[in-house]
Amino acid sequence: MDLLVSIIFQIVYVIANLALISLGLAIIFGMMRVINLAHGEFLMLGGYTVVVATNNGVNIWIAILILSPLVVGLIGIIVERLLIRFLYGRMVDTLLATWGLSLLFIGLITSIFGASTATTISPPLGVITIGEYTSSGYELFLIGITILLLIAVFLVLKMTTLGLVARGTMQNAEMASALGVSTSRIYMLTFGLGAAVSGLAGGLLAPITGVLPTIGTVYIAKAFITVISGGMAILAGTTSASILLGAVNGVVSFVTGPTLGEVALLLAAIILLRLMPRGITGSIFRKSL
Amino acid sequence: MKLNRRQFVVSATSALAMPAVLRNAYAADDIKFVSILDQSGGLDIYGKPMVDTTKMAIDEINKAGGLLGRKVDLKVYDPQSTIQFYTQFATQASAGDKADVVHAGITSASREAIRPTLSRFKTLYFYNTLYEGGVCDINNFCTGSTPAQTVEKLVPHTMNKWGKKVYIVAADYNYGQITAQWVQKYVKDNGGESVAVEFFPLDVTNFGPTIKKIQAAKPDMVMSALVGGAHASFYRQYAAAGMNKSVPIASTTFGVGNEHKLISAAEGDGMICAYSYFEEIDSPANADFVKRFKAFAGDGAPALNELAARSYEAAYLWAEAVKQAGSTDRAKVTEALRAGLGIDGPSGKVQIEPKTNHAVQNVYLAELKDQSFNIIEKHENQPPTDTLLVCDLVADPTQSTFKFENGLKAAGIDI
Repeated sequence: MDLLVSIIFQIVYVIANLALISLGLAIIFGMMRVINLAHGEFLMLGGYTVVVATNNGVNIWIAILILSPLVVGLIGIIVERLLIRFLYGRMVDTLLATWGLSLLFIGLITSIFGASTATTISPPLGVITIGEYTSSGYELFLIGITILLLIAVFLVLKMTTLGLVARGTMQNAEMASALGVSTSRIYMLTFGLGAAVSGLAGGLLAPITGVLPTIGTVYIAKAFITVISGGMAILAGTTSASILLGAVNGVVSFVTGPTLGEVALLLAAIILLRLMPRGITGSIFRKSL
Repeated sequence: MKLNRRQFVVSATSALAMPAVLRNAYAADDIKFVSILDQSGGLDIYGKPMVDTTKMAIDEINKAGGLLGRKVDLKVYDPQSTIQFYTQFATQASAGDKADVVHAGITSASREAIRPTLSRFKTLYFYNTLYEGGVCDINNFCTGSTPAQTVEKLVPHTMNKWGKKVYIVAADYNYGQITAQWVQKYVKDNGGESVAVEFFPLDVTNFGPTIKKIQAAKPDMVMSALVGGAHASFYRQYAAAGMNKSVPIASTTFGVGNEHKLISAAEGDGMICAYSYFEEIDSPANADFVKRFKAFAGDGAPALNELAARSYEAAYLWAEAVKQAGSTDRAKVTEALRAGLGIDGPSGKVQIEPKTNHAVQNVYLAELKDQSFNIIEKHENQPPTDTLLVCDLVADPTQSTFKFENGLKAAGIDI
């Protein structure tokens, strides 16, 4: 019984982890149709923000929850102004440009901080005990914060004027513009929001995985697979795809090992996309956000 | 070297004006030492200190007047933790640079990628990383420690201390696979039980499911042969789940990437490892080495470990052989090395064993405390008995194979 509970806890953690690394990408890709290959590096920059801040004596919670989204959000806005805004509607060009950006970020961070792991920050929070089994309290915290983050993004998009205008702009930019909306500003803010969410995710994961200039490459493939499997709807898509792929990965990892766990995740995504080429929300939950 | 336009024009014209014969003689004057080690990507935690100590060794040799009256020219390539670059740079070193010696390779996968190339081009090759044993190649000197030297001591020591049920986690490529088999063999030889063996691709960062499995299996200890920067998060997550308090870890790899400096004291305390060198070795030779290295590398000098110290010692082994041979010719240098050549380095005496081209060396067991290793046991002059089981280059010097390629069972070793 204890084992079952702790396995379920672990699988929920894998699911939350997938949702966390994918959400920022889902906002940028799902809303703006921009394929951001530098997504992994946004996560990496969030991690480095936390490392640098804590090394300079900033409280770890402030560094993770406030600084990392703020810094990476700002970087996202700068990137949008200097690069992405010239490339809207040119999918292949954005793909190449963001790939170059990803290499640039890796190179920059390597030359500033060196190529090796730059952290001695340990996961805060203690150990939680489930019967005979123990788990990290920080993992429980990550599950909670992922749920909160999903709710927050939902509220911003659904309940605020900004969210309404942003969704309107994404559906029909010309009409929104005719109604007096500054679409350029909305694009910038949406990209910044996506980057901020990615930065927060990177900051949250830093204590548990460590930070390397090349850590982004570990996340990017999984994030893309989750977002594509999820389909058009940002929140419903990311959540449902994370649950499905995370559960497959978690269960198979337990039964066999991590190698087959990764294989099973990819296989599940391939089968899913064969059956539902437009992702989960292309077939079900079509009207959802 | 800075070169302004005028200097460039002058040197370029003079080079052009110089007769071809003279120019070749000029270029041939330096002895060429090529080093191919990962300084970026997931394996940089190993490669960067190795490059630093190699540079220091060559610098010292040159300051002492070079070799045979000639300067040693060090060229360093960074294969970026990518196997494909290894083969490319190995070819470049042999065919392009005409290297007199190549010191290269961190993972066993990279060694196996370049070993055939260097043999084919008849370029002398040193591999200075601890590894799973079994290379039997007349052209390849493997100076790092092997399982019969380290794991054979580590397993009984930790089993006596912690208990007989061992859970093995290892990296998923030839080093991890074969080392896991050695661990299983030594656990069995000492009357213990390997409750599970699990392998991880080098980019895995989430060890949650495995940590739960370890809790369910209730072993007395965990033996880790995990490799690289991503795998370092295993130790962190293990401690975050409170497991380091109940099931201690021994490792065949922890510390050679200076992981003990990356995780906190509370996360690492109590781990036990066995290598042929620790920065904490208490000897005048080592104290002097550490001091010189800190002066050489300046602020931010990395911690020293077996890989770094052995890269330094191997450069001296080669230099000593060149001196004794009176030449950089591959056959003569190989012969000098295989005559049982040894040097006294920071780790103690390191001597080439001619049947295997491996090193007879000291081995130390140490326990981690407050991010540094306390040495608890010393075993002197350990021969590479694992490779000796399958390799005899004295009887047949034409060999160039990796005997454990298909695992220990295929090599006739019972596990």
